[in-house]
Amino acid sequence: MMHIKPILAALKRHKAGTILIALQIALTLAIVCNAIFIIHQRLERVQRPTGMVETDLMAIHSAFVGMGDNQGGPLIKADLQALRQLPGVQDAVSLNSYPLRGGGWSTGVRTDVDAKDSKAHTTQYFGDDHVLSTMAVRLVAGRNFRSDEVVEADPRSVPDPSMVIVSKALADKLYPDGSALGKPIYIGDTKKPTTIIGIVERLGVPWNAMWSDDFYENSLILPVQLTSPYTSYLIRAKPGQLAEVMKAAPAALVKVNRLRVIPSERGVRTFAQIRDDAYKGDRGMAILMSVVCLVLLGVTAAGIVGLTSFWVGQRRKQIGVRRALGATKRDILSYFLTENLLIGVAGVAIGALLAIGMNLWLVTQFEMARLSLVYVLVGVVALLLLGQGAVLAPALRASRVSPVEATRSV
Amino acid sequence: MFGYYLDLALRSLRRNKILTALMVLAIALGIGASMTTLTVLHVLSGDPLPGSSATLFYPQVDPRDMDGYEEGKRPPDQVTWTDGNNLLHAKRADRQALMTGGAVPVQPAQSNIDPFFSDARYTTADFFPMFKVPFLYGRPWTEAEDNGRARVVVISRKLNEKLFGGKDSTGQTLRMKDTAFQVIGVLDEWKPTPRFYDIYMQSYGSVEDVFVPLSSSRDAHLEHAGSTDCWGTGGGDGEHAETSPCTWLQFWVQLDGADKVAAYHDFLVHYSQEQKALGRFQRPVNVALPGLMQWMDINKVVPGDVRLQTWLALGFLLVCLVNTVGLMLAKFLRRAGELGVRRALGASRREVFTQLLVESGVIGLAGGLFGLLLAFVGLWLVRKQPSDYASLAHMSLGMLLVTFVLAVGATLLAGLLPAWRACQITPALQLKSQ
Repeated sequence: MMHIKPILAALKRHKAGTILIALQIALTLAIVCNAIFIIHQRLERVQRPTGMVETDLMAIHSAFVGMGDNQGGPLIKADLQALRQLPGVQDAVSLNSYPLRGGGWSTGVRTDVDAKDSKAHTTQYFGDDHVLSTMAVRLVAGRNFRSDEVVEADPRSVPDPSMVIVSKALADKLYPDGSALGKPIYIGDTKKPTTIIGIVERLGVPWNAMWSDDFYENSLILPVQLTSPYTSYLIRAKPGQLAEVMKAAPAALVKVNRLRVIPSERGVRTFAQIRDDAYKGDRGMAILMSVVCLVLLGVTAAGIVGLTSFWVGQRRKQIGVRRALGATKRDILSYFLTENLLIGVAGVAIGALLAIGMNLWLVTQFEMARLSLVYVLVGVVALLLLGQGAVLAPALRASRVSPVEATRSV
Repeated sequence: MFGYYLDLALRSLRRNKILTALMVLAIALGIGASMTTLTVLHVLSGDPLPGSSATLFYPQVDPRDMDGYEEGKRPPDQVTWTDGNNLLHAKRADRQALMTGGAVPVQPAQSNIDPFFSDARYTTADFFPMFKVPFLYGRPWTEAEDNGRARVVVISRKLNEKLFGGKDSTGQTLRMKDTAFQVIGVLDEWKPTPRFYDIYMQSYGSVEDVFVPLSSSRDAHLEHAGSTDCWGTGGGDGEHAETSPCTWLQFWVQLDGADKVAAYHDFLVHYSQEQKALGRFQRPVNVALPGLMQWMDINKVVPGDVRLQTWLALGFLLVCLVNTVGLMLAKFLRRAGELGVRRALGASRREVFTQLLVESGVIGLAGGLFGLLLAFVGLWLVRKQPSDYASLAHMSLGMLLVTFVLAVGATLLAGLLPAWRACQITPALQLKSQ
């Protein structure tokens, strides 16, 4: 470290180049930190579990045509009967929505009948007693619905059900002391209590957007079979028989009743496809950010190599003189490494501030969380290492300059 | 002289191929990324109705009760049935239309086509002239037909092709939800981008296939789709949507001229005061009259990810430019000897400066060309994405020009500092050390 003074003196003679490298390191650090933060956030979302066992699971969207809004009841019953009798099918259920579907119902929930504001926001799934077994969600407390507890209802005026199964996240939010089982909740504006009879380990909402992230695991399952002509069938195939069921199930539905529409696009999907479709945007963004980060780091490294090579070329004579005066190869090498480290430290210092500033600005413009300082620290270390790596080749070349160089062309 | 500088530039660039390639590549990557995202942003934030968007406004009033009242918040994004109809029938604007979205089951007469659902728009007559909707066949419906609750329908060109083989289908019958409607018009290709009139529907999809008078849609119990926002004792019940305290309709007006805009704003204030006196409105008067483009802005119609990507790409370009400045500085200063000779032989500082700028311009042009190629690849990748705006990502002539101006301009800017530094070389000193 005794070399710092002469290095600083030398850098003063190369102000423009020094500032440019420092600036480039600072900008790169700021962008890469924020980009990696965004990538990490997106990847966390993409891998987020729904709480269901997603293998051997598929969904069909169906809409009956030419009938009133509440006349789907018997037809859905016939559909479910046909689906559950298919040889490859383990269980099937008709729902208003399911996790990652993209559209569904949401409402506020209170625990106090007189409270004006809801205590938690949640999604509502309407289905019969086969919901738990089809989704294969784990019941951690209480019990499932019995088939005689399931009621039919017109989707335009659903009566308040007397019982409900909730996700654990919602139960904990509503009753933080863990006593949710058997307790009442009030859904929406109602004054009528609904009793929690079961708690499932985890069940995600139908949405995967940023706005639904703060209630992602808040779900209600209500023992209500909606009679709307639009419905989604969630079907669990027996292990390994998903491919056959993908073909057999839609055919069976058409056989039961031809007067229906199964959309050609996204009408019949395995859950793997549903997950894929739901998170395509997030994955695309993560890939794009990663590519930009890599290229950016590459460009910065190339810039450092270029400028340092120039400096080495410019100072061959001085290096020769130092070598002739007794400096070892190691001294020359450490000179350039230290020089780069000094510039790098200045760059990352500015860059860390820039990164935080940029994140604060992004938070005001986009739905985004605050940058954790761990990212900045990792970024700082990475960029300093990158700088040292980039400078290594020109510095080694400098260390090989022969002392004879000092005597030439004077 | 320019030819000579160009020759010098090319020679110099050839002499150090790796450095040249590095600079061109950095510029190209920055330009390619920026142009891809800027093109997408440009397409998505474009004017859906060039020429008439400046005269279109979206009146808002606040009919809610005092629950959850906060001062300074915007009025609801939509209007109630009562307010929408009151404003519609007041006819204080040059044109006005009340509308909402929906989905209808279409039952084709042909037995070989299965019934299917179509996106629909239920609206009043002025929708078509106000938004300058082009017609292929027939005509829009009239106000009289609105009031007469006529069973008429205007269909899209796409639906006309599917059901009637693209022939003039006016006068034919279209069955929707067990009700017969008479086709009176077929739209020509019409794709306002973004689809501005209903922010709760996909902003970058194609327009609806079926247009039905709002009054008739209520009679035929056609399903409403989109957002319904209720308060107090209101429920989302579609059958009683006329009387329940819910906002679920969009109301647009055309106002030709600033004085009319001001007058309409006053009218909205008076209307709100009147409704408050009647006891319908409870909150302090809160009205807004944003223009079309302003309304798109308020609702952040352009997806956040697209804006984020644009900023990312611009930041990327900035780093690439800083990088280029550094590399050019190294390159120009390394040629101090050569430049010293030129200066000693009589070239002025200005001439050396121009020569170096020509060199950076050549790098910019090469980077721009290569960047353009990358931008085409980038846009092709965007079109492969599943987003609803993917198909819109195309390079336009304007953006092509912007690419070149940006590339060459940015590189010239990047060349300024290195060229200026290189001009400062004292010829004598350089010659002496040779």
